[in-house]
Amino acid sequence: MIRVILPAHLRILAKVEGEVKLDLEGPVTQRSILDALEARYPALCGTLRDHVTRQRRPFVRFFACEEDLSHDSPDAPLPDAVAKGTEPFLVVGAIAGG
Amino acid sequence: MADKTSGVRVLVGTRKGAFILASDGKREKWDVSGPHFAGWEMYHIKGSPADPNRLYASQSSGWFGQLIQRSNDGGKTWEPVDNKFVYDGVPGTHQWYDGKPHPWEFKRVWHLEPSLNDPDTVYAGVEDAAIFRSTDAGKSWQELAGLRCHSSGNRWQPGAGGMCLHTILLDPSSPGRMYVAISAAGAFRTQDSGQTWKPINQGLRSIYIPDPNAEIGHCVHRIAMHRSRPNVLFMQKHWDVMRSDDGGDLWHDVSGNLPGEAVSHPQEDGTTKNFDAKGFGFVIDVHAHEPETIYVVPIKSDSQHFPPEGKLRVFRSRTGGNEWEPLTKGLPQRDCYVNVLRDAMAVDSLDKCGVYFGTTGGQVYASADAGDSWAPIVRDLPAVLSVEVQTLS
Repeated sequence: MIRVILPAHLRILAKVEGEVKLDLEGPVTQRSILDALEARYPALCGTLRDHVTRQRRPFVRFFACEEDLSHDSPDAPLPDAVAKGTEPFLVVGAIAGG
Repeated sequence: MADKTSGVRVLVGTRKGAFILASDGKREKWDVSGPHFAGWEMYHIKGSPADPNRLYASQSSGWFGQLIQRSNDGGKTWEPVDNKFVYDGVPGTHQWYDGKPHPWEFKRVWHLEPSLNDPDTVYAGVEDAAIFRSTDAGKSWQELAGLRCHSSGNRWQPGAGGMCLHTILLDPSSPGRMYVAISAAGAFRTQDSGQTWKPINQGLRSIYIPDPNAEIGHCVHRIAMHRSRPNVLFMQKHWDVMRSDDGGDLWHDVSGNLPGEAVSHPQEDGTTKNFDAKGFGFVIDVHAHEPETIYVVPIKSDSQHFPPEGKLRVFRSRTGGNEWEPLTKGLPQRDCYVNVLRDAMAVDSLDKCGVYFGTTGGQVYASADAGDSWAPIVRDLPAVLSVEVQTLS
């Protein structure tokens, strides 16, 4: 089971509270998590990555196990702790503003 | 007199959410609902003329992009619909601020214009400038690519606020005819439901572009039309208020006695052009029952963007332009430095006509007597981006 923590705006949009729990088959990667998220919550389509290029939106960041994974390949395996569900996969809106 | 069972619903988009202001036909007491979509930029919310309970809203953020929300119950509940705005084919380039080619990139939806007679059909004006249409209540969007692919498209340039398509007018007398306006390309007209488009900028004069009389490149801020006379168009341009009596084929200046100022504009050859400018502003609208009565809110110059002399004044012309009177009763006449953005004025169709506008200071002002007097409905919203009104019966 994969645990995903969304930023507040996207939790409201997806109508979820707390962590999202996903069951994935196959490799646990950014892409597989985002695919599963969008399949369960279609309202999230386009909010995390571009509809066409599938690139991460510039002000969206991905973290896990205290590491910034935003620039890793979307197909790179995520840490075992994420795959096992002991650590969450965090979607974070980049800090901006004053 | 207004029907006691009638009422109005004012749909307000702000930098940090949407608000719905509702009143009966007297328009004295208001219920304020919101913020809806708190924290999101709500560029525009508009109801279907064919079904007032059907609303469409443009919701966006710099982090999470564009969303479209739809309500089937007048804004009590909402559901997200399709947000996939993909340009048709290979988008190509337009010109950037420096005149160099720049790829067409979707950024946001500025304006939603529901069909006059089908609640499931709605048009979206977007940045970078293009028009999309949905015929399934927002479940999917298709670009009307004839506009962006016009032969002038690769020469369009953004205005200071981005290259946005912000105005869509549907001609009630001719279903295939629409007008759009783009900052800073100008105005365009289609006669065939958006397949082909013609620039309609003859008569516009813009001193700030290399050829002041060019076919395209004019910074049109807003166009308004009275549904009983769709050939008569009123335009708030970057400078000047303009009028066309032939569906945009030819425009003439009706700024008349609007506030003005001396402007110096540096030229590429190092010289400076000086001219007396009048009528800078963003909004323009037409009285619901008097097609020659129009409203603007003059704003000081293109660099300051607040009311002249710190006085917030709506100017009304009852003669279709040229002769303007300031309307000040109930509006702040000192120390007022707000702006009124291009989509932030609307009218209701009660008798007397109600006029509404919102400011970047968060006030929404209403007049229940066609502009003679004003009062704020709310004073402290986030910066207002858009105001639309539904007259309910």
